[in-house]
Order: sequence, then structure tokens, then C-alpha cells
Amino acid sequence: MHPGSSRLGGTALTLAYDRRAITEDLTVAVPDRSFTVIIGPNACGKSTLLRALSRMLRPTAGAVLLDGRDIHDVPARKVARTLGLLPQTSIAPDGISVAELVARGRYPHQGLLRQWSREDERVVEESMAATGVADLADRSVDELSGGQRQRVWIAMALAQQTPLLLLDEPTTYLDIAHQIEILDLCARLHEEQGRTLVAVLHDLNHAARYATHLIAMRDGRVVAAGEPASVVTADLVAEVFGLPCRVIDDPETGTPLVIPAARRRATVPAPEPA
Amino acid sequence: MTVIRTPGGLSLRFRPRALVVGAGAALLAAGLGLVAVGSGDYPMSAADVLRTLTGGGNPAEQFIVGELRLPRLVTALLVGAALALAGTVFQSLVRNPLGSPDVLGFTQGASTGALVVVVLGGGSLALAGAALAGGLGTGLLIYALAWRRGVHGYRLILVGIGVAAILTGVNGYLLTRAPLMDAARAVLWLTGSLDGRGWANAGPLLAVSAVLAPLLLIGCAPALRMMELGDDTASALGVPVRRLRLMLLAAAVLLVSFAAAAAGPVSFVALVAPHVAKRLTRAPGPNLVPSMTVGAALLVGADLLAQRAFTGHQLPVGVVTGVIGGGYLVWLLAMERRAGRL
Repeated sequence: MHPGSSRLGGTALTLAYDRRAITEDLTVAVPDRSFTVIIGPNACGKSTLLRALSRMLRPTAGAVLLDGRDIHDVPARKVARTLGLLPQTSIAPDGISVAELVARGRYPHQGLLRQWSREDERVVEESMAATGVADLADRSVDELSGGQRQRVWIAMALAQQTPLLLLDEPTTYLDIAHQIEILDLCARLHEEQGRTLVAVLHDLNHAARYATHLIAMRDGRVVAAGEPASVVTADLVAEVFGLPCRVIDDPETGTPLVIPAARRRATVPAPEPA
Repeated sequence: MTVIRTPGGLSLRFRPRALVVGAGAALLAAGLGLVAVGSGDYPMSAADVLRTLTGGGNPAEQFIVGELRLPRLVTALLVGAALALAGTVFQSLVRNPLGSPDVLGFTQGASTGALVVVVLGGGSLALAGAALAGGLGTGLLIYALAWRRGVHGYRLILVGIGVAAILTGVNGYLLTRAPLMDAARAVLWLTGSLDGRGWANAGPLLAVSAVLAPLLLIGCAPALRMMELGDDTASALGVPVRRLRLMLLAAAVLLVSFAAAAAGPVSFVALVAPHVAKRLTRAPGPNLVPSMTVGAALLVGADLLAQRAFTGHQLPVGVVTGVIGGGYLVWLLAMERRAGRL
């Protein structure tokens, strides 16, 4: 599905906070035009990896390569025109409107005498339309619900117009309906706009349903990488999460669906699998 | 938002309201300045003042305006603008509306420097130099103590409050060690005063502001606006967060220290001017230019009050800014509380 090309990846990465190493000798590649999802238990290093891939954390050894160059050799502004990031936490300034916040995504394309081009205006409008927040343009971001706010932040990242977009747990703090709404939006951006998406997700079933490429991590290592159908197996879930489970076909999509083993069977026995 | 575009592909974007506020405050500062220069033991009409400023008037008027009143006015304008600019940068950097140099310890550091000179003896030039050194030294100390893989807002505030408390103690000790006459002079300096300020006081601050203000207003303002979105988002948008924060901190500390060297640690301007500007412009983000002009108008107005409010008795300007600034802050907190935002 993904011919071998990859604009973004890391080779022999050692990532550490202070002197505490999170990962050692980690090598990953993000296939071009994929919707890559990184999964793994808490503290496995998946968010750390995403920070390194987005130039926010400098590896103590190894290198993150963007288009064949060490990402730390590329000026920050140039990286920001190729690679966007939606961090876990962002701060909306008091009283800022949706349109103004989305417009800030144009920063890497602007200059002292090029503060607001027609192109900027068009891209911001398109980004708001693509995320369904055009109707909210003049509303204050403070007034929005969690799901709306997350769509506004995604719109800002889209306005950055980067072929690569990284999302750090974009569905955290949202209820189930808004989680699916955000993931559907990501899938649509991936399919319709041809962007390469990399997301860290907590929910294994969401990952299996939406990803075209999965990277499963544990203790700072990549345990498996590939298409969800080949990666998500009962053995792998047991190995990565330490969770006994069954894996069945998702009746909606045919993708793998993880059913955790019950502590005890229901009193009314469920029908045996055929 | 209003946009102006040229056929060549250049574009400028601004808020008309912010422009009006900035220009309005600048006009107000100029008007108050005109009144201040015209009033005193030798009263002059506004027309006389303008005529003298443009080279007319008799030698006595030339001397009174050019050597006595104008330097004081220029010092007031510069100190007000510099404190307000530094305050806006600090508040924006630490993402806290109370993050002013008064709270973060830089002002106390400048005072410590000045008090050391008072105790050891030294002229007003040495005092200004020591205040400058004290402010800059405290800036370095706070930065070193707060540094851990970069300097973050909360750590900077906490370390700054700690350092401010220590320096307040040191300052109290120095005051008790000073001879009585010197202690009285020191207390006047600590209040912040523009009395008897000449071109020697305005000059260094003017030079520093001429370099730093364009750097901040043109070079750093757009990136500072992005930093408000959080370090991660700013960095994802291509802002070199660490380097920028270091530069902004250094610039703000320099402005505060030079302002303190010129007029003493004038209180509350750095804290209040950004809030007034924000309320007037109703714009999110650091309102650097409106804050500066509001700060200048605030200090010139306060100095006019300080000179003329009580006949035959001048107040140090710091007393007036303290009363106005403190009163405004209490009023603001009461309003926020009533509106249920606090």
C-alpha cells in the first residue's frame, strides 16, 4: 500500500529527558501519504517519539530526518512549512476569535511586509470549511465546547499548509461522539487532501480502525509496525499491553477489533463463536 | 482587522481600534507634557512653550524649558514607555497578568544596587550606575536559578518572587545601616522621583530604548504573539522559543534597569499600563505599541499631579503611580469578581 518512500523518520534515536533515557537506538519511518498511528502503553515513549519527530526534542544520539536532512539543521520556520504539529495542550489567548486563532497558523508563511496576503485569507477560509468551523468564525474560542475547540486547533494546523501533520493524542478529553468526529475528520484530511498524518492514540480500536500504518511501542522499542490487520493480533496486544484479549473483525469496517478478556463470564453465556 | 495590500504583493494588517488607542494615548501624553512644561513658578502658555521649543523665546525661557522642564518631561515619557513595554513583555512571556518587574524582583534588585551606593557613599551618577548593575545582576541571577532545560513561566515567577523577598530584606537592612540623611535620600529614590532629572538621566535610557524598542516592536512582536499559544504550539509554528525567550527577557530587564537608573523604581506602571491598553484595545495578544503610549501618558500625567496637586509641596511621582496603579488594580479585581471571572 505504501511504496517505501518516507519523508520523515528517525534513525538510531536515543531520546532522553535530562539524563533519563526514554528510548535507545530506535528507528522508525513514516510512510508517505499514510495515516500512521503510534500506540503503546503509558510511558512507552510514544509522545516522546512524536516530540522528537516534530523537532521539539533534540535526540541525544541518532537523527530525525526530514527530506533526507537532519531536522535540527533545517531552520525552524522552514520545518514549520513542511511539518505541522497539534500538541496535547495549547493555550487560546483570552477573547481571541476562531478566525483569528486559525489565522495564526499562517505565521510561518508571513513576513514583516507580507502580513496578510490573499493566499493567507483563502487558506484560512478553506481550513475552517474543511473542519466545519466556518460558522463559528467570529465566535470567541472561550465559548466553544471541547469538540469544537479541538476542530479549531486542527483548522489552525491545517492553515499551516504542511504536507505532514503530527497529532499528539487529539481525542483526549473528548466524549466518544467527538472522538469519532475528530478521527473521521483526520481520515478525510488524509484521503481528500493527501496529507501524511501521524497521530498518537490511546484507544487501540480507534487506531486499528483509522490507521493505514501502525507503530506499536513498548518500553521505548518498536515492537511491530505495519498494516493494522497484520499488527493487531491477540499475541501482540498481550505482548505490548500485557492484556489478554480476543481480536475479532470490526462488524462496521472489517478492521481488527480488540475485545479484552472478561474477569468472569456473564451469567447468561454469550453465544459461542461459530 | 484592516488590511492594506499593494499591487507588489506586500500587505499590512492592523486593528483600527488599537491604532486609535495608541495614537490617542500618544496625543494625551504630548498634551499633558505641554501643560507640564508650561506650568510651575514661571508659568508659560502652550503657545509660548511651542514657540520656545521651536527655537523662539527669550534666553530665560530657553533655559527653563530646554534645561529644566524638557529633560524631566522626556525622562517621564521614556521611563513610562520603557516600563510599560517591559511589563507587557514580562506578562506575555510568563503568561500571567501579574508578571511585572515589581513582582519578579528586578525592581528590588535595582534598589539594592542603589542602596549599596547610598551606604558606601557616592554621587548620583554612581547611584544610577549601581541601580542599573543591580537590575541586570538580579536578571542574571533569576535566569540562572530558573533555568532548567529552558526557562518556563511558572518557574520564573516563583524564583522571581523568592528573589524579590530576599532583596526586600537586604534593602531593609541596608537602609538601617545608612546614615540618617542618606537614608532619607534613599527612601526618596526608592519611591521613584523625576525631581531635578536632567539630560544626563534621560540620555542613557533614550539610547537603550532607541535600540530595544524597534527590536521588540518590529522584530519580536509577531513571534511573541505566537508564544501566547504555548511553547509547543509556538515552536510548531516555527518560533525559536528558547532563543526568543532569552532575548525578550534580556531586553525587558535592560529596559527596567535603565528606567530605574533614570527615575528610581517607579511602581505599578509596568503592571497597570498593559492592562489599561488591553482593556482599551480589546485585542488579544501583547499590545506593545498601545501599552507603551499608555505608559508614557500615565507617567507624565502622574508627574503633573505629583508636581501640582499640592501647592508648594511636590510629591515623588512613585507615590502617585502607586496610588493610581494600586487603586486601578483593586478596582479591576473587584470588577472581575463581580463579573464572575475571578
